[in-house]
Amino acid sequence: MANTQQLEDITTQVRRDILRMVHKVNSGHPGGSLGCAEFFVALYNDIMDRKDGFDMDGIGEDLFFLSNGHISPVYYSVLARAGYFPVDELNTFRLINSRLQGHPTTHEKLPGVRIASGSLGQGLSVALGAAQAKKLNGCNHLIYSLHGDGELQEGQNWEAIMYASGKKVDNIIATIDLNGKQIDGATDDVLPMGDVKAKFEAFDWTVIEVKDGNNMDAILKGMAEAKSKTGQGKPVCVLLETMMGNGVDFMMHTHAWHGKAPNDEQLASALAQNPETLGDY
Amino acid sequence: MKTYTNTGSKDTRSGFGAGLTELGRTNPNVVALCADLVGSLKMDQFIEENPERFFQIGIAEANMMGIAAGLTIGGKIPFTGTFANFSTGRVYDQIRQSIAYSDKNVKICASHAGLTLGEDGATHQILEDIGLMKMLPGMVVINPCDYNQTKAATLAIAEHHGPVYLRFGRPKVANFTPENQTFEIGKAVHLTEGTDVTIVATGHLVWEALEAAKVLNEKGISAEVINIHTIKPLDANAIIKSVSKTKCIVTAEEHNHLGGLGESVARVLATNKPTPQEFIATNDTFGESGTPAQLMEKYGLNSEAIVKACEKVIQRK
Repeated sequence: MANTQQLEDITTQVRRDILRMVHKVNSGHPGGSLGCAEFFVALYNDIMDRKDGFDMDGIGEDLFFLSNGHISPVYYSVLARAGYFPVDELNTFRLINSRLQGHPTTHEKLPGVRIASGSLGQGLSVALGAAQAKKLNGCNHLIYSLHGDGELQEGQNWEAIMYASGKKVDNIIATIDLNGKQIDGATDDVLPMGDVKAKFEAFDWTVIEVKDGNNMDAILKGMAEAKSKTGQGKPVCVLLETMMGNGVDFMMHTHAWHGKAPNDEQLASALAQNPETLGDY
Repeated sequence: MKTYTNTGSKDTRSGFGAGLTELGRTNPNVVALCADLVGSLKMDQFIEENPERFFQIGIAEANMMGIAAGLTIGGKIPFTGTFANFSTGRVYDQIRQSIAYSDKNVKICASHAGLTLGEDGATHQILEDIGLMKMLPGMVVINPCDYNQTKAATLAIAEHHGPVYLRFGRPKVANFTPENQTFEIGKAVHLTEGTDVTIVATGHLVWEALEAAKVLNEKGISAEVINIHTIKPLDANAIIKSVSKTKCIVTAEEHNHLGGLGESVARVLATNKPTPQEFIATNDTFGESGTPAQLMEKYGLNSEAIVKACEKVIQRK
């Protein structure tokens, strides 16, 4: 298991990967990707119990489902850095004939990905199905999922949230990326979310709050607590408060970088803030 | 002319229920999901025998499709059950992304398809579902014609790896195909040999096509009736071979003429063997309340309509 410094070094490299991927094709979603970099690195390098290699059924290991598929850059970088496919393949992001589609898909058989996502609001239902399959198979491993906060505006989430507690699906930890932003601006301006914690609690979920979702120790502590709450008859939700664009000064405190790539000059500045740690692809 | 006997009318949804029950006993990976329509889908016996393999989702079809997709991850073979309208149009994007594009082994089992749902009216009578489903890459679309065939199709789709849309209906209709038949996905079934006109029918219209063939026979017209239970993949060879002999064709389905079996047949013929074709299908319309028989008559989906269409298409040769 990696220590905090090692995890932070991986995160710095992942930030570089994200920035270089979206810069190369002048498209993609760096803001949310950067905001969730620490979470993904912690998940794949510490929190989840994973087998070597990849098989779709994933019996005997923890599984992760990304619902807000537009943050594919961070997903791809972390999967590659965790050994699911060659790091060099990050070079093909969003290019024709690539396995690294704009939004994640199983269609091109990319190891590590178990469901297509991008059309929002569907991932929690899928994660619940996988959690039910784990129970049927007598597999005690957990299901993890990640969802955007703006994504909660999709009604299917609330069908799934109601189902999870009603049917006592207690082998799932669903994390909400609370960055307070979506394409058109602040979530509170687009469609106020109200008290997300109170909403989950009203649906009888166990809720864990991680106030600094870009702090590695805080993430590890919060996720360990979440894990300790599984198996108790209730689904578990982690409210992860993150900073969109984290680690790149000009991408923080704005929603402008939700789906926009940096130009050459901006890339140079962003990379200078995140020196190479594991070696660029 | 070969004739067929109704061995006792039954609803095709009960054929689904019987097939699901059998799968529950023979295939431990089969699981069932329902969105608050257990009785309508005839899932009771499966549930009684396999309570741990049944998921009551509640009235939340979008969630049901996602959960079904997730259940495949771990090797389960989920069969979802609700009305055809709520199995397709209501959840199109969930099926598109989480099931079809994700290559998930989900069987979407849809009852109460078409006008024969009857009195509930147009909100529930979907006539667009075949079109919606056949447009999805990789989706198999099956519309069996009677109880026995629906049961056989239910068993067969569990053996096929990939997403399937299985469409069946509410009313009791003639049960005339063999009990315990082998169901081959994508393989047309020749019911009568004929030389003057080909009738290609699917679902409830197959029996109507056989009734029409009898009437035509009395008029001295020899009709070749083909049961196309699988609309996708379509048995193009069977259709081309038949029209090579008859030189004209009538397609018959309980569906809009836009997007249905008829259009799939027309594409095959236009690109292989241009042939005069008449369509027995609804004409870009919603349905309405009424008894199944009244509706099928009003919207021109019965044997009388097929006879007229055959006489017309023969004139166009």
